[in-house]
Amino acid sequence: MATPQTAYQEMLKGLWRDNPVFVQVLGMCPMLAVTNSAVNAIAMGLATFFVLVGSSFLVSSMKSLIPKQVRISVYVIIIATFVTVADYTLLALFPTVHKELGAFIPLIVANCMILGRQEAFASKHTVKYAVMDAIGMAGGFMVALFALGAVREILGEGKLFGLSLFGEHFEPWVIMILPPGGFITLGLLLLLFNWVGERKKAFLDQVATAQVTGNR
Amino acid sequence: MSTDLLQQTAPEPGSTRLVASLAISGFLSGLIIIGIYVATLPTITENKARELREAVFKVLPGVSMMQKLQFDGEQVVIKHGGKDDEYTLYAGYDASKRFVGYAIASEGPGFQDTIRLLYGYQPNERKIVGMEILESRETPGLGDKIYKDAAFVANFHDLAIDPQIITVKKGTKSKPNQVDAITGATISSKAVVRIINQGNERWLKRLPVNPPPEAGDGSR
Repeated sequence: MATPQTAYQEMLKGLWRDNPVFVQVLGMCPMLAVTNSAVNAIAMGLATFFVLVGSSFLVSSMKSLIPKQVRISVYVIIIATFVTVADYTLLALFPTVHKELGAFIPLIVANCMILGRQEAFASKHTVKYAVMDAIGMAGGFMVALFALGAVREILGEGKLFGLSLFGEHFEPWVIMILPPGGFITLGLLLLLFNWVGERKKAFLDQVATAQVTGNR
Repeated sequence: MSTDLLQQTAPEPGSTRLVASLAISGFLSGLIIIGIYVATLPTITENKARELREAVFKVLPGVSMMQKLQFDGEQVVIKHGGKDDEYTLYAGYDASKRFVGYAIASEGPGFQDTIRLLYGYQPNERKIVGMEILESRETPGLGDKIYKDAAFVANFHDLAIDPQIITVKKGTKSKPNQVDAITGATISSKAVVRIINQGNERWLKRLPVNPPPEAGDGSR
């Protein structure tokens, strides 16, 4: 990451190479708790998106005003404000979604991914880069939540977005929407991510060796 | 290198500045939170009231008007506005303002957390005519069938309350006061029945034999 990157690359890295869930393994609490259906996963992803992009923008634009000694407290205040706004907005506009997500909306404050991005990125970069990075990270988080939520809802209830997929005869795998199902699915997805990563690395190594031998 | 040196020699900000920046950010954050609270409060209150009204209409079939009632320690009187508490219940009236039944809220421990529900009670026939779960955190896929499983909810559409409601194994319901439990969610099913029985215990002796005063202009 030492090489300078374009803002676009900053965004892309959050989606795949530095995906907050599959690579950094951050934000596991909301990840496992609210992904028992695709709709919940997307709602949680959108709320996190709003909080992360908003706080990154604010932290980055005020970084010269915030004294270093109290920066963490100020970040937390900023994040908590955005979370409260998201919480009340959801409660007023989408009460059913809010009912499902329950206590996990206020708990976005404690999502270490968000505070991590402020400390590691937004406080050291310009507004444009900070926002692009936040969009990428939040997007990656949402993709991961959705992947987990969709797998669990399809297997656990035989539905996607509440639409029945397999007809009457499908026996739902109830365990998939219970907590163990979350851990199992997450484990398998992490395995997949690492396997793809290994394969890619092996392939690149192979190409490099081939080039070296070819040059001889 | 030079920037490092500059940073090291830069004077430490005084504690006044630290306190001020925290105070200012806290103050601004407070203002924003108050703003969003005030902005969303009417919608939230309205949502809750609508939810409750819909629940009352659902548990008392044929009702088109409702009136809030309050037990004041001796008798049940009409209540206008104010906060609902455990001594509040609702009377439902049909289109020609005839009394249909009471909607009673009751709550108790479920499998994971408190279950709060509302049920419709017809005093003339001494039976339950509907049940709606208002709040619960039962296990998804198993315990949440107490409101997702239409067959279980249908148990409460015509249920005698005497001597008390009893949960039986699924498919063995033979008497009017029995409820078929949900396979895999016996505790949740029993909890629902127990909560209704407790509601009856609390309320039945307090409710007047004659239906309460005719529907006022009350809340529609």
